[in-house]
Amino acid sequence: MDGGSTPLLRMEGISKHYGGVRALEDARFACDRGSIHALLGENGAGKSTLIKIVAGVVPPDSGTIILDGQPVSFASPSAANDAGIACVFQELSLLPDLTVADNIAITNPPKRFGLIDNRAQRRLAEQALARVGAEDIHPDAPVGDLPLSRRQMVEIAKALARDPKILILDEATSALTAADVVKVFKMLKHLKADGLAVIYISHRMHEIAELADECTVYRNGRYVATFATGTKSHGAIVEMMIGREYSSVFPPLSEKKPDGPPMLSVRGLSWAGRLNGVDLDVRPGEVVGLGGLDGQGQSQLLLGLFGALIGMTGTVEIDGKPVKLASPQKAKAAEVGMALIPEDRKNEGLMLPMTVRENLSFAAVDGFSRFGIVNRKAEEAAIDEVIKLLQIRSDGIDGPVAALSGGNQQKVVIGKWLMTKPRIILLNDPTRGIDVGTKQELYQLMRTLAEGGAAILFYSTDYDELIGCCDRVLVFYGGTVTRTLSGSALNERNLVAAALNLSTADADGPALVATAAS
Amino acid sequence: MTAASATAEPKGRSREAWRHRLAAQRGVLLAVAIFAAMFAIYGWKQEVGLTASIINTAANKGALLALVAMAQTLPVLIGGLDLSVGSVFVLTNCLASNIVVGGPLMTALGVVGVLAVGLVCGVINGVIVVYGRLQPIIVTLATGAVYFGLALALRPEPGGSVNFELADLMTRSFYGVPSSVILLVAAVVLIWIPYRRSVLGRAAYAIGSSEQAAFMSGVPVARAKILAFALAGLLSAIAGLLLTFVTYSGAAKAALGADYTLNSIGAVVIGGTSLFGGSGSAIGSIFGAFVMRTVGDLLIVFDINPVLQPLFVGIVLLFAVSLGSLRLLHIRNRLDLYR
Repeated sequence: MDGGSTPLLRMEGISKHYGGVRALEDARFACDRGSIHALLGENGAGKSTLIKIVAGVVPPDSGTIILDGQPVSFASPSAANDAGIACVFQELSLLPDLTVADNIAITNPPKRFGLIDNRAQRRLAEQALARVGAEDIHPDAPVGDLPLSRRQMVEIAKALARDPKILILDEATSALTAADVVKVFKMLKHLKADGLAVIYISHRMHEIAELADECTVYRNGRYVATFATGTKSHGAIVEMMIGREYSSVFPPLSEKKPDGPPMLSVRGLSWAGRLNGVDLDVRPGEVVGLGGLDGQGQSQLLLGLFGALIGMTGTVEIDGKPVKLASPQKAKAAEVGMALIPEDRKNEGLMLPMTVRENLSFAAVDGFSRFGIVNRKAEEAAIDEVIKLLQIRSDGIDGPVAALSGGNQQKVVIGKWLMTKPRIILLNDPTRGIDVGTKQELYQLMRTLAEGGAAILFYSTDYDELIGCCDRVLVFYGGTVTRTLSGSALNERNLVAAALNLSTADADGPALVATAAS
Repeated sequence: MTAASATAEPKGRSREAWRHRLAAQRGVLLAVAIFAAMFAIYGWKQEVGLTASIINTAANKGALLALVAMAQTLPVLIGGLDLSVGSVFVLTNCLASNIVVGGPLMTALGVVGVLAVGLVCGVINGVIVVYGRLQPIIVTLATGAVYFGLALALRPEPGGSVNFELADLMTRSFYGVPSSVILLVAAVVLIWIPYRRSVLGRAAYAIGSSEQAAFMSGVPVARAKILAFALAGLLSAIAGLLLTFVTYSGAAKAALGADYTLNSIGAVVIGGTSLFGGSGSAIGSIFGAFVMRTVGDLLIVFDINPVLQPLFVGIVLLFAVSLGSLRLLHIRNRLDLYR
């Protein structure tokens, strides 16, 4: 495929160090016009750094970048933009106070007499939104008011509005609904046919299998291999990424069936039209999954249980005793013992500029204090224990948590709550944007915690995870549990059918999502 | 499909467009409403009613703070705060009382000189903030002290003079419209609106909204910040000129500068601009300034000791800010409180 023609973009001998940490070492990469090229690797493998170098966000320490046969170097993101490179970043680059149209046109707004032409800008935004199939978004709406999945579509429309030669998507689908993913894929295939080069980063293997023409794998900042999609098995690819044998990803379910009275029992939980009479029971030792399409009330259920919602109705019993969950502070108290691993770890889970140590002790600090004075020794001991348990990279413990990779940051969020010794653990899509290795560790950890007697509610948008990790899965639709799947009935086919609220599962999963949800 | 949605908009869509546009102006509209209510009470309690001369006096008093508040709005929009606006106001007043004198040509050159000095003060603030990578609040605290020191050097004792014809022209009214209001409208039309619709003005909102995202979007962050401070200096200088026309002299009074700096922040907030940056408008700040000034007038008509003015200004400020947070009562997800 890359035989005779010269590639559109070629990078060679790229190295980048942050302080003493090596992010990239002698890395290379090449991509062609009219092709979709997937970048694979664990978090911290160097993919994001490579992308930031192409996009002009950080300069490389050494190496050459050749675009269209010409050596180039980008001093800033706008220089890379001008050269025809547009990025959709994992951390959204949108401006929340500005309107959708303002955001889409921010790099190069249409002008009349030297001033921004609002009417032309609106048209441009409408066209860009239509191109990604997101006509439902109003160009005058402030971006901050949109839900995450809509914001992600705006981000993609914004990148496209710059008419790029190379479009880079870094985990761009992680927040999208299944219907949006289908639209975006269709659009990417069109762009490919138009001769664009698309660089695609995702942790979802089936997306890459469906979309990419070629794959390049990185590990620990080094280039591993480039190959055509379909020539390697999933297992072989994952082995290349993690550099060790790929055994079973999911730990085995527990032998003995959890029985006895439920630890957490919820009846008729409703809130603001988003939750409509949710009933559920979780026993100690159980991992209960929450399935269904994105936005069917799963997140609200977890937030509500944790006391973050106002005006919730219904009853919640813990160990058979009714409790009133009025605030996160009450929910984490010893007699309730709840912990929530939030969806948005950067905003709701971490204090990014503070050290890993400080972040870890926030939730549990009451436990180490007497009369408001923190017992430093007990605190240190507990922190060290959690760091060991979670294998958080130890060189950054006294540095800011912002310096860690996404996977390690998520471990800090989880560690912070494990320090409170929770009995009921609520996980809101904890593996989003996390590398395979860390994911595997988290699955194991969930099982270990359950075996230690914890009751776990686990929401995930990844069906494989729900199938592999959960004793039961409650499928949500329209703010309530419509179906419970367990044992052999817990498979992808049934999950997809139940997510769409179909009584019979008689069609292929992904295709069904495409037609019914769009 | 694209063409259809661009030309003939369905009714629901256009209603949605209006809803969004109205929501974006909510802060400004609130300030206008508060001012209108207060001024109506003032006119009604005034024995002689709202005569042209009463309106003119009120406008002259309000326009000074309105211009300084407009100046303050720009650094606030990028998420900063300019503590030097009051000092630039005083410095340009002292300078004007020295150089805006003599014949028409000399006077015109003097006016240009005063505005240029204001602009340079602002550029200095901006350059230090951008290239020193420092927080605006501390940079302008320091430069503000320097600018005030220069004002004292220029005019150790109150005094000086100004071209009488020009001063008279700028403080009277034409067909019932005060010159100071015309000056304000000119500042809005010639400075604010072009700025708001320029790429660098858009960039200022982007920076205030999320500086990192703005940088990642290829927005010219450095230039936009410098321009915001530069225009703040220019608008403060226009206010300084107007002060000279109103008082026919210059005075380096420390209390005056500090008072205008702090009141300008109050006016900006009443006008609906977020202190976190990213949303708001200089037009709101103008009405915010008039709200704060009308408090004093109301005290007079209600026969309350004017010495108590700060007390009432404080209450009005708290009231206006509380109105802005009424929407928090509707929140049902506690996380939204922290967004």
